Amino acid sequence: MFKGKFIDNLPKIYGTYTGGFLVFIILMAIAEQAGMTAKTIGILFVAFTVCIYAFIGWMSRTVQVDAYYVAGRSVPTVFNGMATAADWMSGASFVAMAGGIYFGGYTYMAFLIGWTGGYILVSSLLAPYLRKFGCYTVPDFIGTRYGGNFARFCAVVVLTLASFTYVTAQINATGTIAARALAIPFELGVWVGLVSILLCSMLGGMRAVTWTQVAQYIVLIIAYLLPIFWISNKGGYGFFPHLMLGEEVARLGELEAQFGLVKNAAADVKAAGVPGGLKSISLPHSEVPAGGMAAWKFISLVICMMVGTASLPHILMRYFTTPSVKAARKSVAWSLFFIALLYTSAPMLATLSKLSLMDPNLSTGIIGKDISAVMSIDWVQAWTAQKQAFIADFNGDGVLQLNEWFMRGDVVVLSTPEVAGLPYVISGLVAAGGMAAAMSTADGLILAIANALSHDVYYKIIDPKADVRKRLLVARGLLIVIGAAGAYIASMRITSILGAVAWAFDFAMSGLFFPLVLGVWWKRATREGAIAGMITGLASGTAYLIYVYPKFMGNPAWLGIDHLRFGIIGASVCLVVMVVVSLMTPAPDSSTQKMIDEVRVPTGKTILGKQH
Amino acid sequence: MSNKEKHWEKTKGNMFLTLALWFFFGYIIFMFGESLNSASFLGYPLAYYMCAQGSIVAFVIILFWSANRQEKIDEECGFAERGEDD
Repeated sequence: MFKGKFIDNLPKIYGTYTGGFLVFIILMAIAEQAGMTAKTIGILFVAFTVCIYAFIGWMSRTVQVDAYYVAGRSVPTVFNGMATAADWMSGASFVAMAGGIYFGGYTYMAFLIGWTGGYILVSSLLAPYLRKFGCYTVPDFIGTRYGGNFARFCAVVVLTLASFTYVTAQINATGTIAARALAIPFELGVWVGLVSILLCSMLGGMRAVTWTQVAQYIVLIIAYLLPIFWISNKGGYGFFPHLMLGEEVARLGELEAQFGLVKNAAADVKAAGVPGGLKSISLPHSEVPAGGMAAWKFISLVICMMVGTASLPHILMRYFTTPSVKAARKSVAWSLFFIALLYTSAPMLATLSKLSLMDPNLSTGIIGKDISAVMSIDWVQAWTAQKQAFIADFNGDGVLQLNEWFMRGDVVVLSTPEVAGLPYVISGLVAAGGMAAAMSTADGLILAIANALSHDVYYKIIDPKADVRKRLLVARGLLIVIGAAGAYIASMRITSILGAVAWAFDFAMSGLFFPLVLGVWWKRATREGAIAGMITGLASGTAYLIYVYPKFMGNPAWLGIDHLRFGIIGASVCLVVMVVVSLMTPAPDSSTQKMIDEVRVPTGKTILGKQH
Repeated sequence: MSNKEKHWEKTKGNMFLTLALWFFFGYIIFMFGESLNSASFLGYPLAYYMCAQGSIVAFVIILFWSANRQEKIDEECGFAERGEDD
């Protein structure tokens, strides 16, 4: 059926795969009609997709160093775009983003802008040049450009801290979804999630992760878009929701005015016994909050997320896998295209799910109705039993007010199909999509850390004479160790999904953004400058986080820079220190200068050899 | 000026132009979110729309446009890669 090289057959292979997945969805729908239980459908969806990823992971096993680290530098532009999109869109994007917009409205949507615009920085400042450099990992670039093991080591530290913060959140998300779909306890779900993640990456490294990520992207995008289009068409909101929900957004504004946006006092919420992490709607959906400070809070969050995007190693390393510099650049554009398909849909999903709950004219609406009637709805019972939703009758009138309905942000996406009355097969599909999103990001992150530790610390610093077999053995061993450490921390449930994700961006931008960018764009940047910048940037950012975070020292935020935005402090310090120290130390030698000249043009040999 | 220097000057120009557009769609318009919202597009309040879709679509277009422009610069200065297709 598939003659010739694997790469040439990609469109056919993934086309067949997509068709097969659609057939599977239809089969499940038929099975549901025939009386298969919701629980079985959920299990089948998650198990079926995870088995496919594991199969791809096994098929892509390799013993070649460049296949393991950079997928043999043969991934075509469009497919690398899909893989990057899956790598990028985490459990937070898939599960928590629409939920965030649901509760936070316009203010929260700063994340949408921040998590997309950063790709312009990636494309114009970094990706093509790092590709030309020919590195295996991000610290590989820092180590070679600035020279010396200490610079390399500093980059590894920043990378590990940022990626590890991120990965615990991802394993947490796989745990939540696995626990729900397979009906097992969360602590066990985390380990099931970890095993699935490792099945994808263990044997084939970057090559295996690339091809599973493409498969995961296809699952997650179908799972995200199908319910939105379905609900929109079923409810008569419009054939193409993205362009046709203007009236619904306006209607939400009316409903907000009608029910009133009340912010509950923390003491009341506590007294009523609302489970932790659950929120009620208290912010307007589309209204822009007034004042310069509100605008600055929006913009400062956008800055952190954009600059953080351009410093996150698991994203940058995806562009090491393209066949050419030109392809790396185009591939960034394709990545954002595939990401945009989901990101532009999230506000639409939030609008639809909010409306179906809030509008008393709709059969699905619950706000403004009798609490006893609401409590008898199936999905309300199911979610309240799991402590994912809660009703607190503050004013004791027996009617559900907007501020009396509490829900966990993460469940907005997972519950919407049920709330809107779609068949259970869609809920199963959404669970599979969320699992794909969290797994693909976790894979990318764990691989980024393990590769940096095995290539940069073990091979380049500790044992430069190690043979290929030993290097790959160490790389795989580290994958397991890092994954297990992440799963252990995730099972302790330290912070909510989103807090941790934003922190990863701040850590990365504090320590890595300027050393990377100036490494290409400023020839005068020296080793001492880069080292000083990385250390002071990361240290000052972390110190500020401890100073401002409510659970640590809890001091008032300076200029609105709170714990989600501490990267602004870190990156600024990093820039100033790096420039000052660079200018105080002698300029880099002529061979380094020549190397930078070479990096700046697409043609010619890569700086580092094919096998290094 | 050598070919390499010319190429780098043009590359820098493309970078600054791209970042200027990025700055406009990512920051400038959201500085005026409050007043933008009184206008509407497709029935959505304008600032909400730009946030939900407008700016994101603009970013995608900027990326493709800028990549094509850079390819032309590489071609012009004789630094285009040959023999490797994407």
